[in-house]
Amino acid sequence: MTIPAQFYLILAAVLFFIGVFGFFTRRNLISLLISTELMLNAVDINFAVFNAYSHPEHLEGFFFTMFGIGIAAAETAVAIAIIINVFRNAKSIHIKNLLDLKH
Amino acid sequence: MDFTILILALPLLSFLILGLAGMKMPHKWAGAIGTLSLTLVTILSYCAAALYFGAGRNAEGIFAPITPYNHTWLPLGGTLSIDMGILIDPISVMMLIVISTVSLMVHIYSLGYMKGERGFQRYYAFLSLFTFSMLGLVVATNIFQMYVFWELVGVSSYLLIGFYYTKPAAIAASKKAFIVTRFADLFFLIGILLYGYYTETFSFTPGETLLMSAGAVLPIALALMFVGGAGKSAMFPLHIWLPDAMEGPTPVSALIHAATMVVAGVYLVARMFPLFIDYAPEVLHIVAYVGAFTSLYAAIVACVQTDIKRVLAFSTISQIAFMMVALGVCTSSNPHYGGLGYMASMFHLFTHAMFKGLLFLGAGAIIHAVHSNEKSQMGGLRKYMPVTHLTFLVACLAIAGIPPFSGFFSKDEILAACYDYSPMMGVFMSIVAAMTAFYMFRLYYLIFWGKSHYEEQLSLYSAGKSTHKPHKPHEAPLCMTAPLVILATITTVAGFIPFGNFISSNGEAYHIHINPAVATVSILLALAGIALATVMYIRGNSKLTTAINKALGIFIEAAYNRFYMDELWLFVTKKIIFNCISRPIAWFDRHVIDATMDMMATITQKCGNIVRPMQSGNVQSYSVWFLSGALLLALMLIFFT
Amino acid sequence: MNILNLFVAIPLAMLFALWISRNTKQIRTVMVTGSTLLLSLSVYLTIDFIAQRNAGVTAAQLYTDSWSWYPALNICYSIGVDGISVAMILLSSIIVFTGTFASWNIKPHTKDFFLWYVLLSLGVYGFFITTDMFAMFMFYETALIPMYLLIGVWGSGKKEYSAMKLTLMLMGGSAFLLMGILGIYYGSGATTMNIHEIAALSNIPTEMQYIFFPLTFIGFGVLGALFPFHTWSPDGHASAPTSVSMLHAGVLMKLGGYGCFRIAMYLLPQAANDLAWIFIILTTISVVYGALSAISQTDLKYINAYSSVSHCGLVLFALLMMTRTSCTGAILQMLSHGLMTALFFALIGMIYGRTHTRDIRQMQGLMKIMPFLSVGYVIAGLANLGLPGFSGFIAEMTIFVGSFMVDDTFHRTVTIIACTSIVITAVYILRVVGKILYGEPCNEEHKRLTDATWDERFTVICLIICVAGLGIAPMWVSDLINNGVGDIITILRP
Repeated sequence: MTIPAQFYLILAAVLFFIGVFGFFTRRNLISLLISTELMLNAVDINFAVFNAYSHPEHLEGFFFTMFGIGIAAAETAVAIAIIINVFRNAKSIHIKNLLDLKH
Repeated sequence: MDFTILILALPLLSFLILGLAGMKMPHKWAGAIGTLSLTLVTILSYCAAALYFGAGRNAEGIFAPITPYNHTWLPLGGTLSIDMGILIDPISVMMLIVISTVSLMVHIYSLGYMKGERGFQRYYAFLSLFTFSMLGLVVATNIFQMYVFWELVGVSSYLLIGFYYTKPAAIAASKKAFIVTRFADLFFLIGILLYGYYTETFSFTPGETLLMSAGAVLPIALALMFVGGAGKSAMFPLHIWLPDAMEGPTPVSALIHAATMVVAGVYLVARMFPLFIDYAPEVLHIVAYVGAFTSLYAAIVACVQTDIKRVLAFSTISQIAFMMVALGVCTSSNPHYGGLGYMASMFHLFTHAMFKGLLFLGAGAIIHAVHSNEKSQMGGLRKYMPVTHLTFLVACLAIAGIPPFSGFFSKDEILAACYDYSPMMGVFMSIVAAMTAFYMFRLYYLIFWGKSHYEEQLSLYSAGKSTHKPHKPHEAPLCMTAPLVILATITTVAGFIPFGNFISSNGEAYHIHINPAVATVSILLALAGIALATVMYIRGNSKLTTAINKALGIFIEAAYNRFYMDELWLFVTKKIIFNCISRPIAWFDRHVIDATMDMMATITQKCGNIVRPMQSGNVQSYSVWFLSGALLLALMLIFFT
Repeated sequence: MNILNLFVAIPLAMLFALWISRNTKQIRTVMVTGSTLLLSLSVYLTIDFIAQRNAGVTAAQLYTDSWSWYPALNICYSIGVDGISVAMILLSSIIVFTGTFASWNIKPHTKDFFLWYVLLSLGVYGFFITTDMFAMFMFYETALIPMYLLIGVWGSGKKEYSAMKLTLMLMGGSAFLLMGILGIYYGSGATTMNIHEIAALSNIPTEMQYIFFPLTFIGFGVLGALFPFHTWSPDGHASAPTSVSMLHAGVLMKLGGYGCFRIAMYLLPQAANDLAWIFIILTTISVVYGALSAISQTDLKYINAYSSVSHCGLVLFALLMMTRTSCTGAILQMLSHGLMTALFFALIGMIYGRTHTRDIRQMQGLMKIMPFLSVGYVIAGLANLGLPGFSGFIAEMTIFVGSFMVDDTFHRTVTIIACTSIVITAVYILRVVGKILYGEPCNEEHKRLTDATWDERFTVICLIICVAGLGIAPMWVSDLINNGVGDIITILRP
């Protein structure tokens, strides 16, 4: 027997909203980055699941998952670089302390 | 009569010269310029009088008015316009003579009185301005020109009362004088506006038909004009400014607040007399009652004042009220029947100007000598100031109504007119006349008789009880005594001028004849007043005086405080207008109206504050809004499609 | 070349010259040359205008010209003047000229100050010469905006607050005004923006007039200090620097009255006749209320600002009476009030510059310390309370006589109420004169102060001459104005 698709989708939804919740509430740049990764992974899971269950004869969904993982990696690299630079300048990565550009 | 323009131009010119360049001039020059121009004006005024009355009566048996100049100054639409011009008729000529004579005397007198004062040039500039405005007022060809100059005399009076501008009392007095008269002028103005609207002209002689159509409004307009006149002429209850106005230099009081400006109200009523008598006789009688009450009130107050200028001020109020009464008791314009009062009023105006000017100038000389206004500082001055004493006595006899001095004749005519009108009025005014004699002689005795304040002080000083050596009173210099003598001469002889031949209510000649009954009564009453004053005051305060004072304690106290009219005035201005109207309005403006505007701004700002966080730059909150928006849209799509 | 264009061209040239000038001396040269040119031009314009009228030219507007600007909306740059505008242009020139001298030593940012100052004058001149509603509105806004900076930067006291308040309230007025103007434009069939053409069409439906008359009238009324929209005036004037106060009270407030008359009443006559009573009540309140508030103020500039509320109220009051005489009086009052208030604010500025206080409780005996300024102040005060021989008297008398010509109880009553202001004015003027000028100097520091310098004397004397000149020889200017008022009155009272 196969595992029903809903199981994967529920997992993805839970993962996504954990990411959303984290993104909304956390004030630490690293945590924000992690939350973003969670959301991306949830989306990746969805791609894979829908590809496998609805169109098993195609592979586009898996490709997209691959792209997603690649982009997430690149994005993380860039984001970490920015965060490190921010930390160097502001001695903090807490967003409450990073209001210099606002005023 | 073309030269009459010079009568106005010369004082104006002297005002401009002294006003613009006076400060750089030595005192002597300033005095000389002012006095010279006034001398010329006086000569011209007498010439004008001689030419005018010399030309004789016209075919209708009257002196026809002449209008040498009349030009439109400000067109006001329709038939209305403010004209400026010169009107020569019997009363304006008489006023020209009065004003120029007294003014000249005051100019000469001030050369001595104001010698060395700071602002000497300014003083002469203001005197010229006043003379100009007053002359402009009396020669006015229409009611609006009169109003224009009316305001100008008001302001020159304000400037002169406040001449000693570092003295708080003078500042307050000048302000009060201006505002009280201005308040009265408001009614005058409304009267003029009504008059102008209904008669379609501001001239003194509107067309008959228009006057008929004006009908019921005309008495109201005339009554309002009288209120204006009452303000200038210090009728009760608008008299409150005049006693305070004595804070100005004494010659100014003589000129403005005794002889000329304060009779402007009488002149106004006299000027409008034909209209009053034909269209508003009832208003004229109100004038008489107001005048009668004022004369009594002022006479009572004058009896107990201690400041000699205040006594004279109240006596002025009382005498002007006599003139008002005389005008008010007229019942027709025929001088032989009912119109006698008009002539009497003008006659009294003339003689009063002379003797009251004299009294004030004399008082000035006394104040100059003893450096005080208070009677307690005087006494026994007749030894030290013989000329002043004699001239003052002449003036006192004149105002008391003793023949052959001029005051007797004019007052007698007034009383005769009053008896004609009603015996009550006659008796009433006779009593006031007796009181006049009493308070004037009270003043006279307290100044010139009794114990000398100087001698008392001197004996104290020589006995070593006082360290302050008193100042010996001395007779005034010639330039001050000469005007006194001249005015005293006029006062002595003016009664014999056949006044009725020049001025009468309908212009026809009227021969003054003394009514023996009235004359006897008034002489007896005057003598009684003088006798009482003699008994009470010839040796300072006698026992009788003390007894009377005791018997009438509260009443005298009230009269001394002028029946608290000034307190009432203060109450109205300070408490009611300032504290109960102006303050709350200012508060209302700041805290209600302005606050409403501020509140609108605050509300906008509050709304802004509420909306502002949405644009904070915080990506997290953006994403919250974004997500909620997206969800909402999704829900809407699901449920509403 | 139409001479009127010069009134816009000269300020523009001045702006450019100011922009390239390097030091104070050059700036002053530009300002003096420019304002003198403008003044002589206005004098020439006045003389020429009177000469043409005397020669029998009867057209309502002279020097007319028009260039299409934005045809899609029928917006033109149309110019032309009648007696009223000529008088107003003359007034503006006098004030701009004397204001230049009153701000002779303004610091800091002298150049910027004068740039904004000239821009403001440009707006004022433009407003008075154009006859196109849109162009008028544009110039009106041009005149308003610089005020914000002039007060906000060079002012004193709570300057930011006042500048903001003034600008916001006047802009609020402009919003109403814009609605009104658009209403008039579409109401008249959207064929022209030229006020004379619209007046000639006279086809705005009555119901629309009822809506747009109040909007337009209030829009201009805010600038004319109409109760209860006057509160910007005390704060604004109190904070503004001297010459800005002069220009503002002297000229800018006149834009309000002029606009009310020229646009609101002229183009919407039906509504003006029917709704006048509401505004008559408001203006009567302005007149008395402003004067009464002035009595209990302690700041010299507040006293004057409230006095302006009262006097400008009289302008609107007289306009609403809608008789030829009263409207002539209203325009005369604008002239007279402009000159008198400018004189007053100039003097107050000079006194404040020395004593560093405007609180009347802290000053006394200035007459002994600075006789010239004090005498000037007394003269200004006497002119303000309507002494004959000064402009205030003729203006007030013309207004009162004119208002009395409306013969019904309501108008009579309000006229009499308005008349009482002459007494109240006397009270607050004499109170100030008595308090600060007379008496012995009370403050030791004040005794060391000096009297006016030459530029100050020049300003004061110029203005006194104007005030007295208008008051002594009112005939010509009264005729000039009466002529211009006639056409509008014929429309208002057919």
